[in-house]
Amino acid sequence: MQEPVVADTKTSNRELLDFVFAWPAWFFAVGGALNGLLVAAFVVVILMLMFGLQFLGYSHPVYWGFLIVNFVFWIGVSHAGIMVSAILRLTQAEWRRPVTRAAEVLTIFSLLTAVQFPLIHSGRPWRTMYWTFPYDWNRGAWPNPRSPLVWDPSAIFTYLTSTILFVYVALLPDLALARDRAPNPVSRAIYGVLAMGFRGTTRQWRIQTVAGLLLSAIILPIFVSVHSIVSWDFAVTSVPGWHNTIFAPYFVIGAVHSGVSAVVTVMIVMRYAFGLKRFITRDHIDSLARLLIVVATVWLFFFLLDFFFGLYGTEPAEVDTWQRRLVEPPWVVIAITFIICAYIIPVPMWMFRAIRRNFFWMFVTTILVNVGMWLERYMVVVPALERKSGLTFTYGDYAPSLSEFILVAASFALVILGFLTFSKLLPIMPAADIKEGQILADRIRVGRANVPAAMRE
Amino acid sequence: MQSQAKRELLALYEEPDQAADAVERLHSAGFDDNDIEILSSTPYPEGAFGEGHTKHRLFAFPFAGAACGMAVGIAWIVGAQVSLPIITGGKPIVAVPAIIQILYEGTLLGAVLFTVLGVLFESRLPDGVGLYDDRISEGYIGISVMARERRMPDAQIALEEASPIDLLSKEGSLMHAPGTT
Repeated sequence: MQEPVVADTKTSNRELLDFVFAWPAWFFAVGGALNGLLVAAFVVVILMLMFGLQFLGYSHPVYWGFLIVNFVFWIGVSHAGIMVSAILRLTQAEWRRPVTRAAEVLTIFSLLTAVQFPLIHSGRPWRTMYWTFPYDWNRGAWPNPRSPLVWDPSAIFTYLTSTILFVYVALLPDLALARDRAPNPVSRAIYGVLAMGFRGTTRQWRIQTVAGLLLSAIILPIFVSVHSIVSWDFAVTSVPGWHNTIFAPYFVIGAVHSGVSAVVTVMIVMRYAFGLKRFITRDHIDSLARLLIVVATVWLFFFLLDFFFGLYGTEPAEVDTWQRRLVEPPWVVIAITFIICAYIIPVPMWMFRAIRRNFFWMFVTTILVNVGMWLERYMVVVPALERKSGLTFTYGDYAPSLSEFILVAASFALVILGFLTFSKLLPIMPAADIKEGQILADRIRVGRANVPAAMRE
Repeated sequence: MQSQAKRELLALYEEPDQAADAVERLHSAGFDDNDIEILSSTPYPEGAFGEGHTKHRLFAFPFAGAACGMAVGIAWIVGAQVSLPIITGGKPIVAVPAIIQILYEGTLLGAVLFTVLGVLFESRLPDGVGLYDDRISEGYIGISVMARERRMPDAQIALEEASPIDLLSKEGSLMHAPGTT
């Protein structure tokens, strides 16, 4: 049990809504810089639409590069939100309270960013409508549901819609709070419409509690399905190195590893940027780090399974792919870097309580995890396509272009900008949930110890 | 005719104990839970103010939504395959293993959509009718009574006996109005 937040309601309201109603100068500076990156990416996309995918450096046989790597990476990050939020809600973990909203919002903007990449990668984004929506009555062309190109959009659409609604339902009490505390009539009217007249009746609170549990229970299977289906984009092909039955759980656990790390990074930034030191404490980061030790180790297990199964099959093309991934330059450097960043440095460090409770080291190690996990996706995607094909004997190298680096940087900018904008307009901390924790918190004597405790219905 | 019209009173209390006391006095005065609303800026454990158990049917909504989502999923995906029959070496036109993904997502999406509709319906939202005061979001607890005009004096007495910091009607505060205590 963590130490409860100690603050009266007025102080909590003021501190939790401070960033929503304030306009710090750094917000405009950071927003401007992020928008600059987005403009650069927009120019790249326009040029790509004019000159085709070769503008990004794609050529036979390696057609999947940074764009698809980025897609898988951001889908992965998006998994943390719901995983953390839903599981902690269902288990009624007390320390969930300041964590859930940020994790859910990270999910929304990661997903929105992820879906940009297959669209850009298609070269003609508007045509993707034909693949997914059965609307082309005139030509009689319909989607082919046997293709992951249909599974993927359906899963991501479901996940995105569910997450937005999940966040909105949980946001209703905080919208009502923002309505009551709004400094001017315009924002009061806007928050009022969004809050739909929420007054905090006992019935409304009861429904909020039940809805949180119900939606968590429904969204968890969606969360598992999304990254499973993303893994099947690879696994249902016959490409050596991809055609693997363990890809779904391997991708899901990798997503959780990457995503929970991203949540920790975001929370540490929020603590300092939004002045939430009272609400995001060392206890929260410590709890998430303990979770990460387990998740990272399970992820390593699946990575090793993927490797050993690849070798034990003694399929020449599969062994060749693994040899390229782990032995041949430049992949050997990437492989060593990724495993060091994703596991060898962070996990032993997290074993120490002092590290788990240190904001600086947790920030550094969780950033390292995501560097490692991005490289892991790169290593999964590209070397498998660089193999020499049978019969045609075609093979080729892939070198990322400057344009792709710009798109990757812009994807980070898009997620950060989305998160920042949300935090500017809406409460990023679930105020009602935090205040409930204060009401239910107590201290009890056990022998001669005086320990924090929480009541639970 | 005037005694048949319904009116609402809202009392604000600083402490949960005072609010619970007000609810108890209202019950004693013959008001039941349907006449009383307890407003707070944070959820309190059920029964904290002496109110009864909240009955709802939210649990039914996901099941209804899942059934509808699955039906729409089947209609969409089977319809798409039948409309564009791709013959693949003797395999059936409607490939069940392939459509399971879509049915799964459709079922869960339906469950989520209906649950959210259920939340709005069971929470009685949108709601722009009842009395409310911004001070509730500062931690004060509001006890609202909606009853016929002729019963309002009893409600007012019960609410005032529990020492509210303010007592409001649609016309404004009653605490400082002439002729009130």
